[in-house]
Amino acid sequence: MQIYLPIAEVSVNIIWILGLGGMVGYLSGMFGVGGGFLMTPLLIFSGIPSPVAVGTEANQIVAASVSGVLAHLKRGNVDIKMGLVLVAGGFLGSSFGVWLFTILRGIGQIDLVIRLSYVVFLAVIGWLMLFESAGAIFRRRRQQARRKLHHHLWVHGLPFKMRFRRSKLYISALLPLLIGFFVGVLAAIMGVGGGFIMVPAMIYLLGMPTAVVVGTSLFQIIFVTANVTLLQAYQNQTVDVMLALLLMTSAVIGAQLGVKAGTRLRGEETRGLLGLLVLAVGGKLAYDLVSHPGELYTLGFTAGGHRWGGRGRRGGVGRARWRRRWR
Amino acid sequence: MLAAAPARAEPLVADLSRHLVEITAGFVGADVLLYGAIEGDGDVVVVLRGPKTVEVVRQKVRLGGIWVNGPSVRFREVPAFYLVASSRPAAELKLDPLVTGQYEIGLESLKIEAAGERDPRRIAEFRAALVRLKQENGLYSSDWGRVGFLGTRLFSTHILFPANVPTGSYTVSVFLVRNGEIVGAQTTPLVVSKAGVGAEVYDFAHDLPALYGIIAVLVALAAGWLANAAFRKV
Repeated sequence: MQIYLPIAEVSVNIIWILGLGGMVGYLSGMFGVGGGFLMTPLLIFSGIPSPVAVGTEANQIVAASVSGVLAHLKRGNVDIKMGLVLVAGGFLGSSFGVWLFTILRGIGQIDLVIRLSYVVFLAVIGWLMLFESAGAIFRRRRQQARRKLHHHLWVHGLPFKMRFRRSKLYISALLPLLIGFFVGVLAAIMGVGGGFIMVPAMIYLLGMPTAVVVGTSLFQIIFVTANVTLLQAYQNQTVDVMLALLLMTSAVIGAQLGVKAGTRLRGEETRGLLGLLVLAVGGKLAYDLVSHPGELYTLGFTAGGHRWGGRGRRGGVGRARWRRRWR
Repeated sequence: MLAAAPARAEPLVADLSRHLVEITAGFVGADVLLYGAIEGDGDVVVVLRGPKTVEVVRQKVRLGGIWVNGPSVRFREVPAFYLVASSRPAAELKLDPLVTGQYEIGLESLKIEAAGERDPRRIAEFRAALVRLKQENGLYSSDWGRVGFLGTRLFSTHILFPANVPTGSYTVSVFLVRNGEIVGAQTTPLVVSKAGVGAEVYDFAHDLPALYGIIAVLVALAAGWLANAAFRKV
């Protein structure tokens, strides 16, 4: 069954989109990851123009993060003060990111930048997941677990120190601001929440207790992706609410099932599998960039026109690529 | 048949089965029937043109091992959709190139202007790419010989619009060709527009983008809260 997406201006199979949302939701529930870094490339593979995939995915992440943060709030696992500092950085970063996005789109390079960013980040995350799971399996065999309790790094010498009671930290506000900014840029360009960068950064750079890390990062992600949604809708008209709604409903159900499945299975091996999946998606994107394109020419977004696609024209790289594949 | 045909009969009459194609949520393409009659003998040529737009054609070049968008040429007055069909192969119509150029009969006769590019070789190269890409997307097509005759006077052909048909005002021109010359012509309008919820969403997103963004965020917030509330009890 086909459904016409009004902003993406393509017809997609509704079962496929629901299945995609459900599957990514399942994985995100199972592993506690946001899923944006899988969903956006999969949407691009499905023929959604990449700017629309990015803008719409940001909108969907708002919903996913809200439902996640409410559970963490109830357990008191959110450092609101730290969250607000991260949000401040995130607002600046995401606003800068959307501005950059608009410019890159005008000169016809946004598709390349989105794909390149994904290749780099998926490769890094994929390898980290693989190594981490291999390490965990190794440690389990040796029956030893070690973990540093506190770090003292150069970052503790920075000015503008703030006290974060919930995290039991007294550190410079500059660092969370900077992390928030960086994650904000990623959210705008890649249509991800950025939890996969923020969570390790909060643990290893800020030294936050693990218990509050996920809740606080979700708290920041809500505000930043909401800002991205708003700005992308305002400046680029690339948020497709129809697509977002389809993804939201299926991802929510998938996530609930995933959480249940996740509590039953042993984490390390499946985390390794997720790492492989992430590498496969990244590898496909990388292959598309380096392999000789069958068609050397593309119809591009017109920089002068304000509208995405404009009345009476559509296309863009994603669509042409997709059509070629299925013909 | 009419007993007494008027002394000065129209050499050509044609019409469409409908003048409005609506793109709704379940739109997978449309089929519009073009039909008509001619007076005397001759051949029929149909030219369908969509709204004129600006297109940028970009060429991919290899840069440090990856393929990136390189040089580009901007074209003005590009029909978003173009179709030519006739009752006889192009060569047999024996139309003068001046005539086909004037009425834009055939893909090679399209008047597409390059903006800000002087090199004629490059313009030709990018123009060919533009036409080829449009053909691949199903937006440009030429179908010489597809118009069928029922008897000697009545003709009809199906115009197939793909799912990605651009919205806007179209013109359907029908020409009667006799001995290599155009002896009759008729132009009919056709409108392709989005309809239903999809159209409203699109217009809303473009006319009130700030409000659209706010609503998109509110919908997401509500959906997240609902999901949490629904699954908390389970």
